[in-house]
Amino acid sequence: MKVIRFLLEKEFRQIFRNKSILAMILVLPTMQLIILPLAANYEVRNINLAVVDHDHSDWSAQLILKVTASGYFKLSAYEDNFAQSLTLIEQDKADLILEIPAGFEKNLVKEGNQKVMLSINAINGVKAGLGGAYLGTILRSFNEEIILRVANPQQLGVGGRAELTWSNWFNPTLNYNYFMVPGILAILVTMVGSFLTALNIVKEKEVGTIEQINVTPIKKHHFILGKLLPFMVLGNVVFTVGLLVSYFIYGIVPLGSLWVMYGFIQLYLPAVLGFGLLVSTFCETQQQAMFIMYFFMMVFILMGGLFTPIESMPDWARMVARFNPVSYLIQVMRMVVLKGSSWADIQYQAGIILLFGIVLNAMAILNYRKTN
Amino acid sequence: MKAVEVNALRKVYGKEKTLAVDEVSFEVNEGEIFGLIGPDGAGKTSIFRMLTTLLLPDGGNAKVCGLDVVKEYKKIRTMVGYMPGKFSLYPDLTVEENLHFFATVFGTSVQENYHLIEAIYVQLAPFKDRRAGKLSGGMKQKLALCCALIHQPKVLFLDEPTTGVDPVSRKEFWEMLKKLKQEGISILVSTPYMDEAAMCDRIGLIQGGKLLSVDLPSQLIQKFPHNVFAVKADNMYQLIQSLQANALVKDVYAFGEYAHLIPNNSALTTSDLLHEMDKLNLQNSSASPTQATIEDCFIQLLH
Repeated sequence: MKVIRFLLEKEFRQIFRNKSILAMILVLPTMQLIILPLAANYEVRNINLAVVDHDHSDWSAQLILKVTASGYFKLSAYEDNFAQSLTLIEQDKADLILEIPAGFEKNLVKEGNQKVMLSINAINGVKAGLGGAYLGTILRSFNEEIILRVANPQQLGVGGRAELTWSNWFNPTLNYNYFMVPGILAILVTMVGSFLTALNIVKEKEVGTIEQINVTPIKKHHFILGKLLPFMVLGNVVFTVGLLVSYFIYGIVPLGSLWVMYGFIQLYLPAVLGFGLLVSTFCETQQQAMFIMYFFMMVFILMGGLFTPIESMPDWARMVARFNPVSYLIQVMRMVVLKGSSWADIQYQAGIILLFGIVLNAMAILNYRKTN
Repeated sequence: MKAVEVNALRKVYGKEKTLAVDEVSFEVNEGEIFGLIGPDGAGKTSIFRMLTTLLLPDGGNAKVCGLDVVKEYKKIRTMVGYMPGKFSLYPDLTVEENLHFFATVFGTSVQENYHLIEAIYVQLAPFKDRRAGKLSGGMKQKLALCCALIHQPKVLFLDEPTTGVDPVSRKEFWEMLKKLKQEGISILVSTPYMDEAAMCDRIGLIQGGKLLSVDLPSQLIQKFPHNVFAVKADNMYQLIQSLQANALVKDVYAFGEYAHLIPNNSALTTSDLLHEMDKLNLQNSSASPTQATIEDCFIQLLH
């Protein structure tokens, strides 16, 4: 026990002396939490729209006004022929072309029915999909106005229509920050925990100090505990800083209890620290460790359900996500922050993370040898 | 009991089965400074790492303080001090913190064994608050020695402790080793410097993983079977080139400002040699018999 105390003393002394580590645990989460949620916004704005108006009528002007007034579109060109607009798409000056045919107003009023054409540049899939969908919605509501104003009053109310209404539960205003911030915080805790552990141990290998340690009577589990405990503390610090940032910047107050969150983090940190430890046993230099960690972090982030829901991934990807500890933390964070889930609700995730912790650390300890 | 017993020790590296240590056997007596002398890549560090339980041997066995390096490695680790060739203390901790840390992990304190390191530590004391990484080469070595000594080891393993250290510090370092020997600590030291070999009680010459000979430095010189001449001329390069081609000469190699020459026939006299050198038309050429050194022994063993 005394040995662990000395090891901890030494470790903390080194950590507080290393300015980059301090910056990493304090500045990095703050900066990332402030900047990333703003950037990781699904809303697409400023879609460049080219309008080809063959009609030049009152109605077509109203349609264009309605589209541009939505705020999603920026009218980048107003042309008379389609070929000209197509060159704009080729030059990347327009994302969407809305073609209004000649006789638009006439047909609308006379026949109560007219077609417009949308041409979408699908190079940026998200922009194309959302832009098309937005424009579709706007056109639909335009339709409804027309029906009200133009259609035969007798036709109104005939042929009953099912009206769709909805409400968003747990995040009524669909505020992106509410579910992005807890997710990003989960990634940060994972990154700081696993990177610091892996790099710290590999650094001892690189400098050669691990040789000096190995010829001392320090036991394997003492050494490993002496490494894990400080980073456990740092992980909690990062988590706390992150929660404070999300409260003060985004006003996010977790619905659920902080105890549940901190309790889960205490199960989660040993798992990611164990992962860092395991990586460190395979690497001889910090460069190797960086690359390996980076590879896994990419997978963890992209397949963890932060940006895209795991449920919509293909089967194989869902299998991968099940072995991704980050996905469980993201789930739990969102559940507790948005839904106010309690211990009973996150038992499943807690059990799995506990298992992760045991397996990863056991593998690391088995793989770490004092002699080779 | 011997401090170190090494018996047909072998170490093989990699898929190519490179033989780093080839059936090496030697013993280090208690209270003795034993030097392993050999060029880079001779296998010295591998032997050290096996003896300090950092590396598992592939064959043979070794005992330190009567304890087997494989089976009883835990006990060995409390009894030996190891100073690797590469500086491997915490560069971000100060001199004092490093020393304190290594004392505590061995369950002792700096005060308890201060007498052992006092002579060295007084030189370090002015820098005790400096980070270890910011020390000069010689100071780093002294600190490393202090850290290896702080738990009063029975056997000290020093792997090339003076490589990259200035001549004055090197001399001081060896003075300290002699003092430690008087404290009853057995020392196994390796070095690529031949002049340091003479300071050891016994030396083992090692090359290509094989131990070539083990002897007292004086005995090694005495047993040297050849005469040695120191030859010199203004144009040393030409002198060595032409003498190498001469049938009377077994070997000739640069040795400081002179070249050392080993004749093929031990009957060769200085005047014979001078006569031979006159034919070469070199300016200011001279030749005189000289005492063989350990370096001569080593070079001849290698050839």
